Amino acid sequence: MAQVTNSIFAPFNRLGKVSIAFIGELGAIAIFFIHAIALIFSLPLQVSKTMQQVFFIGAKSILIILLVGLFTGMVLGLQGYYTLVKFGSEGVLGAAVALSLIRELGPVMTALMIIARAGSSMAAEIGIMRISEQIDALDTMDINPIRFLVSPRIVACIISFPLLTAIFDVIGIIGGYLSGVCLLGINSGIYLNRIETSVVMQDVSGGFIKAFVFGIIVATICCYQGYFTHMRPGGFGAKGVSLATTSAVVLSSVLVLVVDYVLTSFLL
Amino acid sequence: MTAPLIELINVTKRFGEKTVLDRVNLTILEGDITTIIGKSGEGKSVLLKHIIGLLRPDEGEILFNGKQLKSLTRKEQKSFKQQISYMFQNNALFDSLTVFENIALPLREKTRLDEDAIKSKVLAQIDRMELAEVTYKYPSQISGGMQKRVALARALVSEPKIILFDEPTAGLDPLRKNVVLSMIAHYQKKIRFTAILVSHDIPDVLFISNRVAIIDSCRIPFQGTPMELEQSENPVVQQFIKGQASLKDELTGLNTKQNIKKMFIREMGQVNRLHESFSVVMFTIDNLKQINEHIGHIAAQQIIQCLGTLIKDHFDTADTSVRYSQNEILMVLPHTGLNKAKQVLDELAIDLQKQEIFQAKSYPKACFSFSILSGLAEAGPGMDLDSLIEQALSHQKIIAHLECEKHGETA
Repeated sequence: MAQVTNSIFAPFNRLGKVSIAFIGELGAIAIFFIHAIALIFSLPLQVSKTMQQVFFIGAKSILIILLVGLFTGMVLGLQGYYTLVKFGSEGVLGAAVALSLIRELGPVMTALMIIARAGSSMAAEIGIMRISEQIDALDTMDINPIRFLVSPRIVACIISFPLLTAIFDVIGIIGGYLSGVCLLGINSGIYLNRIETSVVMQDVSGGFIKAFVFGIIVATICCYQGYFTHMRPGGFGAKGVSLATTSAVVLSSVLVLVVDYVLTSFLL
Repeated sequence: MTAPLIELINVTKRFGEKTVLDRVNLTILEGDITTIIGKSGEGKSVLLKHIIGLLRPDEGEILFNGKQLKSLTRKEQKSFKQQISYMFQNNALFDSLTVFENIALPLREKTRLDEDAIKSKVLAQIDRMELAEVTYKYPSQISGGMQKRVALARALVSEPKIILFDEPTAGLDPLRKNVVLSMIAHYQKKIRFTAILVSHDIPDVLFISNRVAIIDSCRIPFQGTPMELEQSENPVVQQFIKGQASLKDELTGLNTKQNIKKMFIREMGQVNRLHESFSVVMFTIDNLKQINEHIGHIAAQQIIQCLGTLIKDHFDTADTSVRYSQNEILMVLPHTGLNKAKQVLDELAIDLQKQEIFQAKSYPKACFSFSILSGLAEAGPGMDLDSLIEQALSHQKIIAHLECEKHGETA
């Protein structure tokens, strides 16, 4: 009888364990984030280290953001035109492209692109530092590893994400213009006028809030995964770093999409 | 007695099921160089990591100046960390920073020195460690030995009061090993820091140490001065010292001196019981010091090895020949009278003179002389080992010889 009861409850037990582990992990990430945020303001401020990270995460991502933004805008223009033309309202193409980009696609696509480019490298770099005892070495020198490694990256992401999102939005609108106006023959004035009349400040600030939150999420998750590489069950050394990098990319991408939905529902 | 600077009291550490440290007690005195020796995997590095605070004990206490490390206030903890520095076994250099930046990091992050002062301090360290040509290279671009020196420079640059060295000479060539050890000793005298060293370089490391601790089976069975170590009757210490001695004689393929007494007692038992005689032969390599100086250690080693091999071949008594001292080999010949021993010795002398080691062409660039002497003695009832050896030494005569003439020709 006891065996039957056990087998019935076994899946629930497992589910319970997984849930507790998940909640525990979220708590650990939150503490890690609060710690890193608090250390941003400890003196002396790490301006040069932060600028280096802004250069790596932000400036070096511009090209990829330009490319992705351009083609996203172009494909939006193309798809939007053929959908809108069925209803005879191709004139609102400018508004459709601009609103989709500014409210949704700009922050999300930018976050996903930076996760792929910089998030993975953050996790890998910090992970390698962990397994080669470089983080322990910082600790022995009385240099707080979270302040030294994580805080500048979080600040850099907070600065870079909204800026890159803005670039993405602008270049996306230009992409939409290229396909809508130059290729499909919509009137240039109508395209731009629709953008001007439909986009309000709330759309822009909503997009920036999203970019700001995504920046925090991506930096925290990627640094956390790298920082605790050695705590991963079953993954040691190089394998541990590879698992940490994979988790960092997957988890932060999923969280970006989940948080995007939550934020959108609040912002609308 | 001075109060201990750092004290470990009943420190226990387990990793899962495995106990690495079991109620370990260790005392570190201020201004001393304390060396921790022990077999690999015995928890020496774990012990160091407890002292610096990278690991926390499951049980027991670590005291710093009489205060528990875990109960230090944040300010005290900060001051403790500022006084201590750690040189990692695997160096733990920052691989994305250059050699210069690695050494400068503790100064840049933890001091208010201006960039010029930092630069001059770092360059001085770089010069001392002979790293000038790799100043702006990355750790992955330099050799393992150089990485070790960079790690050492980084540990010394902030002039801490306590430095923990985790195998500072591992992977270095013998010349650099001595340089590093003498550098530690030199700096220790100059800055008067307290050093805790984990090392396998015995006996070299003992020459610079004030105190030694042996870690064995998760505990510290001995701690004391190197002199006390040598004279300790603790079986673990004895095993350790003998282990070191036997390792040395492994190189020459001969038994250790510790075996000679056992061997002699066994043979004397036969003499008393069966009235059977046995002989001892003492071989001496004359002028070994000169060979060391003129040619080098390898040539000297080869001469001892060659002699050892021939002795084993001729007398078929591999177990009874021992390296008695640096240039002496003592052999016990069971069931062998003086005449039979003489006969075999003559054959050995002929063979020895034909060996490459006695050909001048083996040493084209040096001119020196050396010879091998041998002396026989026959053991009788009631004799002791020392008088037997004395007798053999007094009967020694040359059995092989190399003479350097004007132009390096042999005689």
